[in-house]
Amino acid sequence: MNEPAHLWLIPLFPFLGFLLNGILGSRMPRRLVSAIGVLAPLVSLILVLGDFGATVITAASSCRGCGPVTALALPAAESLSFPWIAIGALRVDFIFVLDQLSAVMLLVIMGVGFLIHVYSVGYMRDEPGYARYFSFLNLFLFFMSILVLAGNFLLMFVGWEGVGLVSYLLIGFYFQRNSAADAGKKAFIVNRIGDFGFLIGIFLVLSTFGTLSFGDIAVTLSLEPAWHGTVLTVICLCLLVGAAGKSAQLPLYVWLPDAMEGPTPVSALIHAATMVTAGVYMIARTHLLFDRAPVALWTVAIVGAATALFAATIALVQNDIKRVLAYSTISQLGYMFLACGVAAYSAAIFHLVMHAFFKALLFLAAGSVIHAMAGEQDLRKMGGLRTKLPVTFWTMTAAVFAIAGFPPFAGFFSKDAILYAAFLQGTGGKLLWFVGLVTALLTSFYMFRLWYLAFFGKPRSETGHHHATPMSMLVPLVILAVLSVCGGWIGIESFSAYLKPVAAAHRPMPTGNSSLEFILSIAAVLAALEGWLIADKYYRRKTERPAQLAAALPTGYKLLLNKYYVDEIYGALIVKPLFAFSKYVLGGVDLLLAGLAWLLAGVASMTGMILQRWQSGNLRSYAAWLAAGAAAVLLFLLLTGSPHAWSLPFFHSETIFKVSHITVIQPGQAGH
Amino acid sequence: MSFLQHDVPLSWYLLLSAILFSLGVVGFLIKRNLITVFMSIELMLNAVNLSFVTFAYQWHEVRGQIFVFFVMMVAAAEAAVGLAIIIAVFRARSTLAVDRIDLMKL
Repeated sequence: MNEPAHLWLIPLFPFLGFLLNGILGSRMPRRLVSAIGVLAPLVSLILVLGDFGATVITAASSCRGCGPVTALALPAAESLSFPWIAIGALRVDFIFVLDQLSAVMLLVIMGVGFLIHVYSVGYMRDEPGYARYFSFLNLFLFFMSILVLAGNFLLMFVGWEGVGLVSYLLIGFYFQRNSAADAGKKAFIVNRIGDFGFLIGIFLVLSTFGTLSFGDIAVTLSLEPAWHGTVLTVICLCLLVGAAGKSAQLPLYVWLPDAMEGPTPVSALIHAATMVTAGVYMIARTHLLFDRAPVALWTVAIVGAATALFAATIALVQNDIKRVLAYSTISQLGYMFLACGVAAYSAAIFHLVMHAFFKALLFLAAGSVIHAMAGEQDLRKMGGLRTKLPVTFWTMTAAVFAIAGFPPFAGFFSKDAILYAAFLQGTGGKLLWFVGLVTALLTSFYMFRLWYLAFFGKPRSETGHHHATPMSMLVPLVILAVLSVCGGWIGIESFSAYLKPVAAAHRPMPTGNSSLEFILSIAAVLAALEGWLIADKYYRRKTERPAQLAAALPTGYKLLLNKYYVDEIYGALIVKPLFAFSKYVLGGVDLLLAGLAWLLAGVASMTGMILQRWQSGNLRSYAAWLAAGAAAVLLFLLLTGSPHAWSLPFFHSETIFKVSHITVIQPGQAGH
Repeated sequence: MSFLQHDVPLSWYLLLSAILFSLGVVGFLIKRNLITVFMSIELMLNAVNLSFVTFAYQWHEVRGQIFVFFVMMVAAAEAAVGLAIIIAVFRARSTLAVDRIDLMKL
């Protein structure tokens, strides 16, 4: 619309921050590094806020103008494009689209991202690699905004891979620690599997539609309203594999718990609030395809519900504070997938935003706890922090109530919207709703367990000498706490009205009624309350009970504590056979290739040894060779006759000897 | 000027040019002193000049003479730069033996 060209400014500033801190950071004072690192997202945030205002106005005017949704293509509020790749029939533009969906995502990315940058200034204060940390964090914002702004699959894939790279770099931030380096590699490799699926999906889209642009695909689909082919289902399933990899869904979730090896603000930004939600964003962005593929949609819903329940059960017994939160993140992402699967895309995005608020807050508060405990992450060694860390305690409390789904906190509204949308989808939907409800109970239980273990009772270890928490860490906590409390007050109705041009499902949706919604939300709140009461009983009033229960059910407890042995199963089924295969089969190939390489190298170095005698460094020998060469050419010319008969393929005797032709003719008549 | 045309045949000039050029080449190859080497180069250039002038005269062609001016001009510039380099080399190494100056640096 107006001045569409300034979209590129949004990713530009984080990128500049990355360059400055990445190249010069180690030579600059820490204050300058932090200023650059924090200012880059701030400037982008201000730009996004301006654009966001524009989209709100656009949405309002378009609602007034037309009743039904008439938009065929993406209703881009603003876009920027120029040709990027043009090979034969393939044409891919470098296109940024800012519509309601990307505006919401950008707001979350830059808003939460900025707060986490501020927090990092305090949290990473005494760490080595300070500038490296901030440059990576800025790079992440750069790639994430590209992912979100991309107007076609390929550009989205660029951002997708970019955030994967930064995620790898930041998980392995403490690369001297073996576990951190391994966790980084694990995240990268598991994501490769997902990306493979995504790539196949992109190729299928290209061969089916002949274009990669979301807008063109939307136009093609709208021209063929009856198209429900298997091709679309296959495309969507491939895209789902990609989304499951990035968003840590079954069966590709294994990398996310290990990703907690990274610094805690990184876990908050990348592995809770933004990057892992990219899969949800991708499904919402390509929902026109998913709307035409009911089988794929059901798969999304089932994967989401299964992941939500599965991860929640593991979170029940974990003792590392960050691992509890990691499994909780997986579980909440499962909710978002569930919402996508029942075509409630705006509910999914709503939950994504609310989750970004309270999960970022949970991680940052956990970081504050870890900071105060001097690096201790084991919940069993904490306790009684309520009085020592009052701000952290109260903000954490807001987040815990928000994720558990108590009104009027943020999580209540979004989770409710998802459960309601699931319930409306027939019998299968009711089953999904029930799984979601059980997960809500479990969620409430493990969050209050964490809350009681960390903040109540008596301190269970003497090791922690309590650091004072700096202001730069407290302010983001408070802001996020306010958002976690009030964020949901936007309400799902106005939120989905805002997103309607982009995220409304293009398929028949069941209609519900408000009394049913009210009953369902009562059920959800009761489930959350039940979870709280159980946690209260086990971890406040009868603290000996959990151990007794674990002793009574040793198999079940061990199964959960060891995360269903999934890592071990993957290790035995995939990693070990692959290793053996590479060692014995590929080892032979390697030997052959290495032998060939050695042979070539040997030939080259032998030739070099012979020829190097020529390069004596003796000026006169060079001159002698030169003279001998000139003499040889002269001799050759003399022996092969006159220059006119002499012709080599690369010489044009005509042009070279033209002068002599003319001059030979001239002597007779010329004279002066 | 006319005695040249009548008394001395063309081949003599060319022979002289060839001898001078060969002397230049041999001097360049066998002498160790950098200044002598440099003079040999000048000798070669002038031998070529001689044959240029000879042919130009023979064929009444002005282009050969123009070429000679160019060569002389380049030779003058080369002499200035070359002598400066020789002085710099001598100051740095206290020697002008070419086989001692083979490091491509001072």
